[in-house]
Amino acid sequence: MNFKTPLLQLGDVLITSIQTDLSDAQVSEFQQDLVRAIGVKNANAVVIDISALDVVDSFMARVINDTARAARLVGAEVAVCGIQPYVAMTLVEMGRQLFDVQTTFNLEQALAAVKAAVDVRL
Amino acid sequence: MNNKLKSIQLPIKTVDDIVLTRRKAREVAIKMGFGLADQTRLASAVSELARNVIQYAQQGECEISDQSTPEIVILQVLIFDYGPGIADLEAALRDGFSTSQGLGAGLPGCRRLMDEFYIESGLQQGTKIRIQIHASSL
Repeated sequence: MNFKTPLLQLGDVLITSIQTDLSDAQVSEFQQDLVRAIGVKNANAVVIDISALDVVDSFMARVINDTARAARLVGAEVAVCGIQPYVAMTLVEMGRQLFDVQTTFNLEQALAAVKAAVDVRL
Repeated sequence: MNNKLKSIQLPIKTVDDIVLTRRKAREVAIKMGFGLADQTRLASAVSELARNVIQYAQQGECEISDQSTPEIVILQVLIFDYGPGIADLEAALRDGFSTSQGLGAGLPGCRRLMDEFYIESGLQQGTKIRIQIHASSL
């Protein structure tokens, strides 16, 4: 099965990253790839790295939220990592909980967080 | 002050223009000496507004200019379109209101990020938004 979205697998964890703003078509491709990959690769968790994004507007925040929700619906634990400090500040200033996903500072913490969540579940 | 930057005009026609527009706005902010926090605020606000243009009006324009006075450094972005306009401005500026699938955080969020936020719109009149970030020139 072919996935256009870059996906790394580390045990039962899938790691993906968002490198730039996605168009509507890319968004649905990204979400479908990720959700399908969880099933195909038997993953228990997903980590989405967004450290490359220097701007997260409300559209991208919604995309990240929706993707995380979809991944959770198919049974995966989800963590988003690498939000740039100024992006975080701006998101807070813009208001309200744009992220209702677990977030961590870096990839290492994200892996630890999803592994802990999977352990609790098993 | 004759060293003001020349104003820049950019079309907003595709999703890629959203990224181009906010990148340009950030570049200008850097040139004018704004810090990383202001750069990110401005880029986010411009991104929201340019996205609205694509989503609701399909196309529009953006003008980035240096409006500094001797006391204050002012970066202004004007974004306008000739789209359907906003029927209920007050509602559109309220948190959580959206006529599309958005979070409803766009306009009110953008207003909070900026030092100056001015909007002019009406049904079938298009939408014109002017935002500014300020810094002391001292």
